[in-house]
Amino acid sequence: MMYVTPENTATGQDRFVDHSSWFKYSSPQTFFPLAGKLVPWFAVAALLLAAAGLYIGFFVAPTDSQQGEAYRIIFIHVPAAWMSMFIYVVMAFWAGVGLTFNTRLSGMMASALAPTGALFTFLALWSGSLWGKPTWGTWWVWEARLTSELILLFLYFGFMALQAAIDDPRRADKAGAVLALTGVINIPIIYFSVQWWNTLHQGASVSLKSAPTMAATMFTGMLVMVLALWMYSIAASLMRVRCIILERERDSQWVAEYMSSHK
Amino acid sequence: MFTVLRCVIYRDLLLATRRWADVLTALVFFVIVVSLFPLGVGPEPNLLRTIAPGVIWVAALLASMLSLTRIFAADYADGTLEQMLLSTAPLGMIVAAKVIAHWLVTGLLVVLIAPLLALQFDLPQQLLATLTLSLLLGTPVLSMIGAIGAALTLGLRGGGALLSLLVLPLYVPVLIIGAGAVDMAAAGLGTEAHFLLLAALLVVAAAFAPWAAAAALRISAE
Repeated sequence: MMYVTPENTATGQDRFVDHSSWFKYSSPQTFFPLAGKLVPWFAVAALLLAAAGLYIGFFVAPTDSQQGEAYRIIFIHVPAAWMSMFIYVVMAFWAGVGLTFNTRLSGMMASALAPTGALFTFLALWSGSLWGKPTWGTWWVWEARLTSELILLFLYFGFMALQAAIDDPRRADKAGAVLALTGVINIPIIYFSVQWWNTLHQGASVSLKSAPTMAATMFTGMLVMVLALWMYSIAASLMRVRCIILERERDSQWVAEYMSSHK
Repeated sequence: MFTVLRCVIYRDLLLATRRWADVLTALVFFVIVVSLFPLGVGPEPNLLRTIAPGVIWVAALLASMLSLTRIFAADYADGTLEQMLLSTAPLGMIVAAKVIAHWLVTGLLVVLIAPLLALQFDLPQQLLATLTLSLLLGTPVLSMIGAIGAALTLGLRGGGALLSLLVLPLYVPVLIIGAGAVDMAAAGLGTEAHFLLLAALLVVAAAFAPWAAAAALRISAE
């Protein structure tokens, strides 16, 4: 059994939360049940949207005149690539909030988002290379977008490795925040330098810009898939943040009560 | 304020001169890494000429990274860093001074020896100046970005490998623009844009990196 210890002041503060304001959800203790209630909704929305999006993608959308059936991978690839970049920005945002206002939950949220972001970055790279083989005839080209996506994956790995190497969670949050903010300033610089580097060495062998304009159903399918991945990301990171909260607050009274009632 | 800067630079340089072996290790590492490439890819002169700028730049990157832990580790171990954190002088200034000192004993030496290695790769002589200048502008940026990583990983287990994971992706723009400058010159094109961009990176890094590293130091030394 775990008990509240005198030095555990951080959790002690939660008892004096102002329950009239929205900010009450910035406390891990109050956010935990809220996240628990929200997860199923987002998970179900993700499932339904993914089913609809994949149905449109695989059965409704017409075959592409140039790329044949292989193009259908964009229904996974493009949404994953978008999410991979967007999640990094959201992660840096929460990291920045945590660093500025010293709120514990913000740092936990940033750590909870990182694996999902890394997953989508990997998915975008993987699906991209599966698409590249039939279309470009090669698994990998050092094209600007591919290369910056690869570097983004390294940035995610760096963030997670740094947090994993630090035992003290508060220090891990803050150190991760400094790194995430440095990374988010660097991402545009990296992107443009890579793009520039590529045009310098050789023209891009295939450019998405020159691809024929997309049919409406293709676009709808992609949009639905983007929404599905949004819902999935929210559900997954909320579930992960719940685990992080339990782990970090394991010495507090409310977690002890929660654990004993959920045996 | 500038007295602090001068004193810290002087102190760090003095410490470095008392431990020459440490300084030389990074330099010898640089030379060895560059020398390994012809062994790996073969002695074909045309190929070596083409890859020379990239190889020298990547080796400079690695050499700079290898010596990063030196910026703060010794001071952290003997308690000097705590005194610096308590000092009334702005921490960003102290960090800037330490970064400058780090660059003087690693980056600058790399810049000075790079033309010699470039000759081994038979890089045309008119490109040597371009290569040296690009390294001169780029290596300080490496030290500055690296200082953030060094401050973040201070006192952590597996610090070295972790540091490379944090820092190398952030080095990418410097590598691209730095090696790109030499490639442009080799192709007979203008290099002003590359040098202006390198200088811009240097200015931005000089303005922000010492403060980010200072924030990271406070977090690590808490």
